[in-house]
Amino acid sequence: MGNIMFKEKDLVVPGDVLAEGMDYLPSGGCIRDNDKIVANHLGLVTLENNRFVKVIPLTGKYIPKIGDTVIGQVVDMSFSGWYLNINGPYEAALMVKDVAEFIDKDADLSQFYNFGDLIVAKINRVTRYSNINLTTKGPGLRKVTGGKVISITSTKVPRVIGKQGSMVQMLKEKTNCNIMVGQNGIVWIEGKNPNDELLATEAILKIEQESHIDGLTDKMKEFLESRR
Amino acid sequence: MSYTKRNDGRKFDETRKMEAKLGVIPRADGSAMFKTGDTIAIAAVYGPRELHPKFLQDPEKGILRCNYDMTSFSVPERKKPGPSRRSTEISLVTEKSLLPVLDLKQFPSAVVDVFIEIIQANSGTRCAGITAASMALAHAGVPMRNLVSAVSVGKVGDKIVIDLDKSEEDYEEGATDIPVAMTGNHEITLLQLDGSVSKDELLKALELAKKGCSEIDKLQRKTLRDFYKGVKDE
Repeated sequence: MGNIMFKEKDLVVPGDVLAEGMDYLPSGGCIRDNDKIVANHLGLVTLENNRFVKVIPLTGKYIPKIGDTVIGQVVDMSFSGWYLNINGPYEAALMVKDVAEFIDKDADLSQFYNFGDLIVAKINRVTRYSNINLTTKGPGLRKVTGGKVISITSTKVPRVIGKQGSMVQMLKEKTNCNIMVGQNGIVWIEGKNPNDELLATEAILKIEQESHIDGLTDKMKEFLESRR
Repeated sequence: MSYTKRNDGRKFDETRKMEAKLGVIPRADGSAMFKTGDTIAIAAVYGPRELHPKFLQDPEKGILRCNYDMTSFSVPERKKPGPSRRSTEISLVTEKSLLPVLDLKQFPSAVVDVFIEIIQANSGTRCAGITAASMALAHAGVPMRNLVSAVSVGKVGDKIVIDLDKSEEDYEEGATDIPVAMTGNHEITLLQLDGSVSKDELLKALELAKKGCSEIDKLQRKTLRDFYKGVKDE
């Protein structure tokens, strides 16, 4: 019978032995080393279904996953599409065929998206060689103009969004801003006046800093109300 | 006359006072400082990121690039800035001592850059650099199966000692300095030796290095944990 050598939500460091024996399986953030499961990321460890050991990393670059909505900036163009910087290890490709607009065969692609444009897109394919394909077909996927952009650690994104979007919904209401959070940590904020945008920026950076605190949504509500 | 007492009053198997800190370079993806006695090393990690020029890329796995350098004011006699024969060698051995624990298969055609800068030198700089770099890599979230810690051991006069300082390295009757790097499981990833020691002395020195590395490993883990302590209290 195997041994579990951690408590739920323990902070682990690469090299920490998490479990012994073959009864458990590594499922992300850790690897099997003979009969042991060893952490290979710095993060919080959990046991899923009494069988899968998983380390949720606290640091690191954004790792693209299929289905994620990300915000990227156009950094390159070719005949067949655009290349976006999505804050990850690789550039992501947005092909002409994956774009919502109808694009004529000989059209000048820069008329649709140009260098420096910010695009909200969804990841629709990631190959083994880390070629990332994006699409803008879908609700809410488009080029964004105006507003401002800030960047946070991608591992903190779930906190900014909150349970079922509770946090971001509250932020939108309290700051009168339109906020879009990409899974890659890029946040786009657009407000009616600059002060609203600044307030929203401050709030989001505060969430990133204090992401470990319990009941953060209520705390942020108080913070925003005190600033109104 | 044999070497009976260490110049700074330490025991023969005692390291200098060590200190470690994480996140010393906020702009970097990961960074760390490691200090042993008067030797201070800082390390910054960038990446994984796409590697240019393209011909350097490896489509099967990511590559690691290490760069070791000493600041011009790190030593009493001004060090001419820029790469040298010595720093090129140390960059290479640092890379080779860290690579065995890294898992860069997930990042084909990418590169992880590690920059090590020595702010103050009093021997053992490559070891301090490797130790700092290992923490910085963990901070950057690069997948690694273990941490690497490094310490220099050696023979001063007729004694086997750990963590030599400059005065010991320059001991008149001869000194041999052996930098050793180990993973948390005591697998050796770096062992350099130039000088002369007998087989027994080497084995004794390695035993001492094992002890020293365990100590450093403990400090590294503590530093990494303490940095994220708030998260654990959740």
